[in-house]
Amino acid sequence: MTPAPGITLIGAARFGESPLFPPVRLEIDPGSWSCLLGPSGCGKTTILRLIAGLDTGVDFDGHIRASDGKPLPGRVAYMAQTDLLMPWLDVLGNVTLGARLRGETPDVEAAETLVERLGLSEHAHKRPTKLSGGQRQRVALARTLMEDRPVVLLDEPFSALDARTRAEMQDLAAETLEGRTVLLVTHDPGEAARLGDRVFLMDRTGMVEAVPPATPAIRPAADSETLAFQGRLLDALREPAA
Amino acid sequence: MSGVWRGLAAAVLFVGLWQALVTLADLPPFILPGPVRVAGALWSNVGLIAWHAGITMAEVLIGLALGVGLGIATAIGLAVSPAARYLIRPALVATQSLPVFALAPILTLWMGYGIWSKVVMAVLIIYFPVASAFFDGLMRTPRGWLDLGHTMGASPARLLWGIRVPAAIPSLASGLRLAAVYAPIGAVIGEWVGAAGGLGYLMLLANGRVKIDLMFATLLVLAALTLLLHRSVGWACDRLVARLD
Ligand SMILES: Nc1ncnc2c1ncn2[C@@H]1O[C@H](COP(=O)(O)OP(=O)(O)OP(=O)(O)O)[C@@H](O)[C@H]1O
Ligand SMILES: [Mg+2]
Repeated sequence: MTPAPGITLIGAARFGESPLFPPVRLEIDPGSWSCLLGPSGCGKTTILRLIAGLDTGVDFDGHIRASDGKPLPGRVAYMAQTDLLMPWLDVLGNVTLGARLRGETPDVEAAETLVERLGLSEHAHKRPTKLSGGQRQRVALARTLMEDRPVVLLDEPFSALDARTRAEMQDLAAETLEGRTVLLVTHDPGEAARLGDRVFLMDRTGMVEAVPPATPAIRPAADSETLAFQGRLLDALREPAA
Repeated sequence: MSGVWRGLAAAVLFVGLWQALVTLADLPPFILPGPVRVAGALWSNVGLIAWHAGITMAEVLIGLALGVGLGIATAIGLAVSPAARYLIRPALVATQSLPVFALAPILTLWMGYGIWSKVVMAVLIIYFPVASAFFDGLMRTPRGWLDLGHTMGASPARLLWGIRVPAAIPSLASGLRLAAVYAPIGAVIGEWVGAAGGLGYLMLLANGRVKIDLMFATLLVLAALTLLLHRSVGWACDRLVARLD
């Protein structure tokens, strides 16, 4: 894998006449986790899709650059807000989809190991319709982790999980994605406090950065600084938009 | 199993209503023979009917294979090529304003009384439903799946085979189910216009010789074969959807 680049997104987005977000500046450091928090509908998914080079329907004035100057599309793995599992493939088939779509031989062994670590071994040959929401989300996570991409965009990847599984999956993702540039969209201040090397808050009025504790991510959840940071994030999210 | 019982119950109900109609309305056998008479005609002509059924089934099956093949190829061609969509699709839709039945005499004129004019009838009648159902499915792949394929670096061809085609199989299946019902219609109309064999031909022949119970027996066999075909195609479609991996 090539070294992970940093990403800068500077610009504003609007749908025709109606603005989505004003000029914002999002700086994602290479090889670390950045978290993006904000109320529903403020444009978080739009930002991920812009970075992934996907169609959004917005008019975006500005630019998105990788720190190494090379184009981003083709170097990005994107886990969307919905699981997007193929109903005609079983769990392993979904997890190895990327390789097959590129005409490569899928690394079934790696996929099986990953599926086991995600606690889905007994479901490896089931179709998605036979899985619960949280299980489906973990399959989608596994599929994303199988993509060997330097930039990883995660849109609320842990939202359907119980507290314990969520913490385990966060650990697993942090470990697996070590050294990659990750942008995580989340609604959970606790998650951002635990995982974010940098944390950005956005709403309709713009984007601000919150300064996380000095301890490097992934932080212990019960650590007093992490908790304090989580509290500050929640307060910031609850502030009425200026 | 419950399906078998339901089918059986429907058959019993159908025969009962039939007999009731004949008895209550006091219909003469040359208008509507009762079930017992028709069963008798079926029994005493079983070899004859089987021979003609074989011809019709051959026409239908060859027509199905060709029509489905052409329909699938057309749908894929249209789906991958905007130029083909622009040029061919309007023409394809326009051809549907022409009733295929009207072509039957011409086909017989060109291709004679053998099975091929009927095969072509069947092809013409099923081609459009198959092509348009599959094409619709191919064009309606959920956008999220396509986006996923794009970020994964799939080429257009792999996107087609890996995502668009499997996602469109349920649509294709509904086209195939229609085709299974339409194909015998095409073949029988072809036989009515001019043939040397087949269930449609036998019906006309029996009618001409006032063997009304034979005519109804033939009709019954035709209906049963169509039902069987519809069931088998449905079953094959279910298997296809279930096995896609
Ligand atoms: N075609 C469109 N025209 C106008 N507005 C649109 C269109 N598509 C999406 N939007 C709006 O764009 C906004 C941003 O959507 P986006 O998916 O980026 O939000 P989000 O921050 O990810 O929200 P959530 O947290 O609920 O996922 C939403 O308010 C949505 O209503
Ligand atoms: Mg979103």
